[in-house]
Amino acid sequence: MVENTIHATQAVVTLDVALPGIIWGWMITLNMWAKSIGTGVILVGAYLLYRHKKDEMPNLRWIMPLVSFVFLNIFLLFTLTDLHQPYRMVNIFLHPHWTSAITVGAWMASLFTLLITILMVIGAADAFPGLGGKKCKITAMARSNSAVYEKIFPFVVFLAIPVTLYTAIIMAESSARELWQAPTEVIQMLWAALMAGSSALILASNEWSKEARKDLSLVLAIAVFASFLMYMGEYFFSFKSSEAEATLAYVHAGGAFNVEFWFGMALGFIIPFFLAVSAMKSDNKTLLRFAAILALVGLYLAKDVWLKIPQMLPLS
Amino acid sequence: MKLGFLVDLNLCMGCKGCEIACKVENDVPLSSWRLRVKYIDIGTFPETSRSFTPLRCNHCENAPCERICPVSALHYLENGIVNVDSARCIGCAGCMMACPYGAIYMDPETNTADKCTYCAHRIESGMMPACVVACPVEANIFGDVEDDHSHISLYIMEHQGAVQVRKPEKHTNPKHYYVGGGSQTLDPLAHERLEGYNLFNNITHLKHVGDPHHGVIDRFLAPFVGHGKVDNDSFMNFNKDAKSSQEGGH
Repeated sequence: MVENTIHATQAVVTLDVALPGIIWGWMITLNMWAKSIGTGVILVGAYLLYRHKKDEMPNLRWIMPLVSFVFLNIFLLFTLTDLHQPYRMVNIFLHPHWTSAITVGAWMASLFTLLITILMVIGAADAFPGLGGKKCKITAMARSNSAVYEKIFPFVVFLAIPVTLYTAIIMAESSARELWQAPTEVIQMLWAALMAGSSALILASNEWSKEARKDLSLVLAIAVFASFLMYMGEYFFSFKSSEAEATLAYVHAGGAFNVEFWFGMALGFIIPFFLAVSAMKSDNKTLLRFAAILALVGLYLAKDVWLKIPQMLPLS
Repeated sequence: MKLGFLVDLNLCMGCKGCEIACKVENDVPLSSWRLRVKYIDIGTFPETSRSFTPLRCNHCENAPCERICPVSALHYLENGIVNVDSARCIGCAGCMMACPYGAIYMDPETNTADKCTYCAHRIESGMMPACVVACPVEANIFGDVEDDHSHISLYIMEHQGAVQVRKPEKHTNPKHYYVGGGSQTLDPLAHERLEGYNLFNNITHLKHVGDPHHGVIDRFLAPFVGHGKVDNDSFMNFNKDAKSSQEGGH
């Protein structure tokens, strides 16, 4: 479509300023990827707690908030690091602009991280009676308020959903990048969280029951399958704006982005699907762990391409 | 009052006077532009023509940059100008992602977002924007689009049917109009931009956003240790050996 327009106009830019290249780069990719893990483990963990007895997953109560805490902090660190004025991050809290999804997201993510920290401290204090020694007031207080964990957990699960999805709203507000304007972005964020969350928990599920691992395999298989179908739909269907079409040309036309995209699809979606389905039958832990690692790698690559290609397009 | 801008592309001769005036008036650093004039060659030899398109912030009534800015660094003034407060900007580049016209840049000296403000400081003093004053053919027309008797309103009415805005499908309601434009000049997808193919330089994309000497670690350390002044010296200072001037050299 675009090529035809150029052919018709026979117009060539002969003098212009240098355009900005990729503005949101690997740090934002890492940011989104880490957030998917941080929220995904809570969503998938909640599903497992609903389906199975706690005895079947003895370490879930502390490892789930611990993994979430680590990756949420990676997400927050790279959010901060990507700012050109990192110390002014405080302005989001002092001078919030509520129409911005960045503001709403920062507040929600901060609250979410605070609640996850509480869960982590209580979970760890209960699981390791010797943690912090006898004089540590924090662990003593955590142990005496152990019931708080179960009280705030439903709210944390509820909050994990908007924390997962708000990046899609930032992308929707980035109206210069039409590829991100698709409603599918919201659902892709949710699938990414389920993919990343189930993968992260698979890596921690060595001592869990076979049924719990089977459920994790099922979540991973469904998430990668659905996410892959959505990517393919966006890749092949041409009912898109001319700008989105021109953006996808950076993948269609071959080159580095094409290689990265298809590597991402194969590693993160196609192979893990078959491995996860196979592991559901055989309960092969090694195979399942391999699927989880591939899914995490592939997810990063797919997100990286989707983030960068719209920034290659000249806007004026 | 709603201030607007109109460029008559039939008059523009690509002298870049507006571009230079803007740079000087607003101290716009090297590698950054609030206003730029793009040259586009149209047709095939020997039937060719060259068009000149000044591009700047469109001061949209429904500005995506204002909406996405998390700290209201980008904000509306009462006269419709979309202004930027660099002291509040956190440098997240959300506005650069949101602006459909690519009109916002990361200032390499302040590491904050910046853009055309229609010379809000001059307007406050009753003066015209610097680019309007500099234009030798009066191709830039500026004024209150809500006033039926202003020059810009009369110009728009006079050229009804020929007045265009860029990317109207974005629903940004821009307050920057063009007369004499076509899709080949106003639609970035309707002209080819060959990598490295430019009249006077071969740079198509900048390798950095913001200060090129200000890496990730520097961003955190800068308030404590400062960082080297980035100025325009390097552009013209061919002889960086200080001894020559001290010794009376040329």
